[in-house]
Amino acid sequence: MHALEEFRAETRAWLEANCPPSMRTPMPEDERVWGGRNATYKNPDSKVWLDRMAARGFTVPTWPREYGGAGLSSEQAQVLREELGRLGCRQPLASFGIWMLAPVLLKYGNDAQKAEHLPKIARGEIRWCQGYSEPGAGSDLAALKTRCEDQGDHYLVNGQKVWTSYANYADWIFCLVRTDTTVKHGGISFILFDMTSPGVETRPITLISGASVFCETFFTDVRVPKENLVGQLNAGWTIAKELLQHERGMIAEIGRTIGGTVPPVDVVARHYLGDAQGRITDPVLRDAVARQVMNDRAFALTIRRAEQESETGAGTGGASSMFKYYGTEQNKARFELILKCAGSAALGWEGGGFSAQELDICRTWLRSKGNSIEGGTSEVQLNVIAKRVLGLPD
Amino acid sequence: MNLLLNEEETILKRGAHEFFGTRLPVKALRALRDSRSADGFDRAAWHEMAELGWAGVLLPETYGGSAMGYKGLGQILEESGRTLAASPLFATVLLGTPLVLAGANEAVKSTVLPAVAAGQCLLALALDERGRHAPTHIATRATSAPGGYRLNGSKDFVLDGHVADRVVVVARTTGGDDDPHGLTLFLIDGDARGLRRTRTPMVDTRNAARLELTDVEVSADAVLGTVNDGYALLEPVLDGARAGLAAEMLGNGLEAFERTLAYLKLREQFDQKIGAFQVLKHRAALMFCELELTRSAVVAALTAIDEGRADIPALASLAKAKACDSLELVSNEAVQMHGGIGMTDAEEIGFFLKRARVAQQIFGDASFHRDRYATLMGF
Repeated sequence: MHALEEFRAETRAWLEANCPPSMRTPMPEDERVWGGRNATYKNPDSKVWLDRMAARGFTVPTWPREYGGAGLSSEQAQVLREELGRLGCRQPLASFGIWMLAPVLLKYGNDAQKAEHLPKIARGEIRWCQGYSEPGAGSDLAALKTRCEDQGDHYLVNGQKVWTSYANYADWIFCLVRTDTTVKHGGISFILFDMTSPGVETRPITLISGASVFCETFFTDVRVPKENLVGQLNAGWTIAKELLQHERGMIAEIGRTIGGTVPPVDVVARHYLGDAQGRITDPVLRDAVARQVMNDRAFALTIRRAEQESETGAGTGGASSMFKYYGTEQNKARFELILKCAGSAALGWEGGGFSAQELDICRTWLRSKGNSIEGGTSEVQLNVIAKRVLGLPD
Repeated sequence: MNLLLNEEETILKRGAHEFFGTRLPVKALRALRDSRSADGFDRAAWHEMAELGWAGVLLPETYGGSAMGYKGLGQILEESGRTLAASPLFATVLLGTPLVLAGANEAVKSTVLPAVAAGQCLLALALDERGRHAPTHIATRATSAPGGYRLNGSKDFVLDGHVADRVVVVARTTGGDDDPHGLTLFLIDGDARGLRRTRTPMVDTRNAARLELTDVEVSADAVLGTVNDGYALLEPVLDGARAGLAAEMLGNGLEAFERTLAYLKLREQFDQKIGAFQVLKHRAALMFCELELTRSAVVAALTAIDEGRADIPALASLAKAKACDSLELVSNEAVQMHGGIGMTDAEEIGFFLKRARVAQQIFGDASFHRDRYATLMGF
């Protein structure tokens, strides 16, 4: 306990000294840092903050030092989160490499792969994207058809991916490919390759919110070195499923924090419907807001309980599906309730008739619809809970 | 806040599971109902529970208690909820003991509390006067009389009211109908002159009574806490009771859910287990999520009380509201998914539905607690 408090004091002092003041303010979405070869920093302090955090291993605090981490225990990492939260520090780096690829690379990758990729992920030097969904393989992901053929000294990849988040900005891709067409799940492999390889093409997709975060990604005779296969040939489905658990956790987390500039629902409700004392005047909406924030709190307590259970090894399987399902549905409900409270003020598309925050609410409401589709739909999560946790028959 | 059970609490829970499963299973409640038991609970079983230290869970050792705290008591209550066990745990232990402990003078405490811990004295709280919980809407009056007070009024839905040896009566000593100020608590004898107790059999086969007070004379030292400031003594005890009741409701919901899951894996129609139908799978998964959230809210409230945290009222309301909502969902789905058999008295699932609705109304339903939570949060 004493050592932990020492770590807290040391960390607090370091953060006070090293976190630039502008990095202690709420982050607009366009200042989020994703790193990579072509990284842009709208706010120059973002780069300073990223480099300082990376040098201390704090972009990936629990990783081993040899891969760019700080080698912290889970208790120390919790202290770091608390201290970052206390100062209101921004997340220095958003990264599919950290959130999705690294956990499976640490487990299934060979030493050369780990040494090559993990430090670059930790420092934000390489930005990764995820090649999973295809036009004919969404919820039924294992139906994927992108071919990967053994050409002796290399693989040749042909096919199409879709819903590839930020593929147009990514440097590398972790990709599910078919290496055996005679079996379904047992014919999938997990490979890594450079997005600048000849034959890779990306086309952004415009969404209902007006944003383009996803791409269609095409592969035409892309040559991939054989050492870029992770794990065994045709054994990629196990890795793929495990990575999905990390993705669900990430989306549930993003679901809670998306729209960092949109205030909590009770604050919005008071702004548009509060009386002089701040009491929400519409009793039906007041009840709905109370239900929403109470479920938020019960959900946050459940995440905390699951963290404590996993620290003692008592965790229940299927938790990631529950968090993905509940977190994203809760976030969608939050935006629907915000719309009801703000009325037409939250339905503006553009122009000076609305505040920046009101325009942001509208776009983020539309974006939130994707949360319960991407990374496995809510319906798929309920299937997983029914099968894995409840043991209901097929 | 540590939301997990420690070793002592885990052992307590396991012991309670064993006790209720063998000593007070659902068929024991059915037997009480069918025999029209006058007590409405099994006195021999209650003495065994007292020997296990459960009657004095919230009492210090000086009064014969076992001082296991609310988190400990919550584990016993959760397990009692699994078998719908009828016992004085709620009225005597969760309501009575903390009121007497915090409000009575030393002479009363040293008389009453060791007897309670030994299972030889039952307590009750006479609070509500209308169908829906409204703890400050008190019309029962206490007026000055020589040497003390004179009580007049009537109380409804007094849990264990007809079997209690001592009853805590909430009466108005001053103030208007809905004023939290001006309430005073009195500890009176169950057989006090002028007190008429009528048992009101409820759908859940558990004890409740109507109490009519006509010129009940009590001495000044019957006052618990301070005159006019009774709500300050009462409200934390109500929050403890809400958290404890939410734990019982969690046990009810978990058991009803697990029995329903077992039925989904057993019952066949259209040549397959009905649990293979996706529409039932998804509804089962939703119930699982709601029960997990309820469990977190319940353990947080119980832990907060033991730690004396500032947000006890909000967490107690959160726990009770979540327990009410998830139990309403689970109890309805449990009957529906059992199909025709679920509508029969021979099948036990109906008992869970009946207890659920009564428990929902005790000390505030989900609407009451959402309103309270919103007020606590300032909106």
